[in-house]
Amino acid sequence: MSTMTTKESTAVKPGKPWRATPLQRATTASIFIGSIITSFIIVAVTPLKGKLAYSGMFFIAFVVFDFVYARLTQGKSAGTDSVFRGFVILGISIAVVPIVSILYSVLVRGIKGLHLSLLTTDMHSTPPTDPVGHGGLMHAIIGTLLLVAVALLISVPIGILTAVYLTEIKGRFSRPIKFLVQAMAGVPSIVAGLFIFAAIIIPLTKTFNSFEGSLALSILMIPTIARTSEEVLLLVPQDLRESGVALGGTQWRTVAQIVLPAAKGGLVTALILGVARVTGETAPVLLLTGGGDSTNFNIFKGPMGSLPSYIWKGFGAGTPESISRAWSGILVLLVLVLSLFVSARLISDRKKG
Amino acid sequence: MSSTLTQKPVLPPKREITTEPRLSDKIFQRVVTGGGLSSLLILGLIFLFLLIQGFQTFKSQGTRFLTGSLWNAAMNDAGQVDLKNSHFGIAAMLIGTLICAVIAIVIAVPISVFSALFLTFYVPSSLKKIMIAVIDLMAAFPSILFGLWGFFVLEPVGVYWAKLLHQYFGWVPFFKMQAPFFSRSPFIAGLILAIMVIPIVTSISREIFGQTPLDRIQAAYALGATRFGMIKAVAFPYARSGIVGGAMLGLGRAMGETVAVYTVLNIVYKINWHVLLGAGGNVASMILLKFGEASPGEVRALMAAGLVLFVVTLLVNSVADLIVSRSGKSGR
Repeated sequence: MSTMTTKESTAVKPGKPWRATPLQRATTASIFIGSIITSFIIVAVTPLKGKLAYSGMFFIAFVVFDFVYARLTQGKSAGTDSVFRGFVILGISIAVVPIVSILYSVLVRGIKGLHLSLLTTDMHSTPPTDPVGHGGLMHAIIGTLLLVAVALLISVPIGILTAVYLTEIKGRFSRPIKFLVQAMAGVPSIVAGLFIFAAIIIPLTKTFNSFEGSLALSILMIPTIARTSEEVLLLVPQDLRESGVALGGTQWRTVAQIVLPAAKGGLVTALILGVARVTGETAPVLLLTGGGDSTNFNIFKGPMGSLPSYIWKGFGAGTPESISRAWSGILVLLVLVLSLFVSARLISDRKKG
Repeated sequence: MSSTLTQKPVLPPKREITTEPRLSDKIFQRVVTGGGLSSLLILGLIFLFLLIQGFQTFKSQGTRFLTGSLWNAAMNDAGQVDLKNSHFGIAAMLIGTLICAVIAIVIAVPISVFSALFLTFYVPSSLKKIMIAVIDLMAAFPSILFGLWGFFVLEPVGVYWAKLLHQYFGWVPFFKMQAPFFSRSPFIAGLILAIMVIPIVTSISREIFGQTPLDRIQAAYALGATRFGMIKAVAFPYARSGIVGGAMLGLGRAMGETVAVYTVLNIVYKINWHVLLGAGGNVASMILLKFGEASPGEVRALMAAGLVLFVVTLLVNSVADLIVSRSGKSGR
């Protein structure tokens, strides 16, 4: 909302009346420092203790000081405004604290178990009590890649077709389909796993394999891909479609040769977001893939390891070494998911800019 | 004038104007419609297969399945589950799921709404993009990460907070304790779910706050409103129903969460309203817990539980979706 004014070379220097003056900055800073000091004094005098007491007392002191200052200098409604601002800042601080804590603890605990042979060995001959340097997660990385790649192959056509239906055909099912895609996005991951178990493992195969895991993951992936692709296709200018039709193209050729290529970058973003959504999915993988410890390339036969099941096993085994392995697995998984997420952001930003 | 028009004008032969699409377009439309309907197909198949597998359980247990809180599989001589003598009831788990999800929403919604207000009306424009990216990033964290972090990092903190709550608010019925057993309680599961739900509710609320008509905002400021006055009079009434919808979407997500709850919650087959006591329930986690060592008959009962979870989350999500898509039309 606060747009910058363009600099003009006139004699009058444009002012920025919304900027805080040095006096206002100094007041804010002194209220801030004053509240810190007050919180320390309160904690020292009263029986309260701990980080919670410090931050709680600091917040109360800050809001009170700020309120009193605004009330005295600017009147009643400014006082209310300052209290509300205090709560807003408290809200965003509470929302950010867990993110920082999660990133910090994963980094600190996961980095201990990182070593190069993680990428070249698997766990088939490593019991949970072995030192952290033994074993690796090659099988888990290969398994996750296979699981996600197969799920992607299944979900991409369905997801993009759904998006094309919603944006290009706009038939009479548009509203119900939109509704159903939203509903599908809310299907709990364990239900997707149970469904594949009920529909494929019990009546047909009776064994675990990675393909079944991919099927369950694609149920979770389709809504993400469909919704993101729909948004992207809606951004393609209507003029492009009209020119395609005006040049004598059929709808099929217009969509395939003009609309989809125009939205290419956005569609890639949709795929990446879909991959990021399911890479860390644990419950269906635990139910369906069998969670093997050795490297397996066959998606139709034998248990398949994966990063989530590697982490789960390490956590479940409970020895200090295995828990350390689980944190390293989490670190690898997090780096994978975050790089996917960041690359999706970069691609879509480049498109807009 | 009329004399010149005695001769009738020669009309060209009628030609048929159709909008009949070509064959390629017909095929295209069929294929795309088929692809679009796949979501209906998948949801229908999920319902159908879970019903087929769970039907026996529903039939043998009747309403006891939803009202009972016992879960034991009696075996007959042939080593199969004896449906008549076994008890499968998920009432404790259903209520536990609801308790955890409601705790999560009660904690998450105020934080999310304040965060969304910050990201829409308060944040300096240089920080805006990066802060939104950071909050959205958290929505991409895998649930197993929340599970591990919840178990090792949040758990001790949560126990400390639970003790404080008990100490100062012990007179509230929900916070009463029969035994001093604070760890792995529904309260801590609610905390971890709240942290998982905050980015979802925040991003929905932020989008709706961002759609507040600019002319109304400017009108409020022009009339001398403070930022709080503007939010109270314009932004909040406009976004209210959207926030309710966003909260319900978060509720749906919290009810279906499996792994994160499994690691921090002590699952006990008893309806427990005392949220600080370390005994709770959650349908999704219960399925994961029982699945490993379940016999085929018990797996059928788990399928029935999965069906109930599926239907409940579907209902919650659908209502939420309706509210969100309708929001923005209300307000002054």
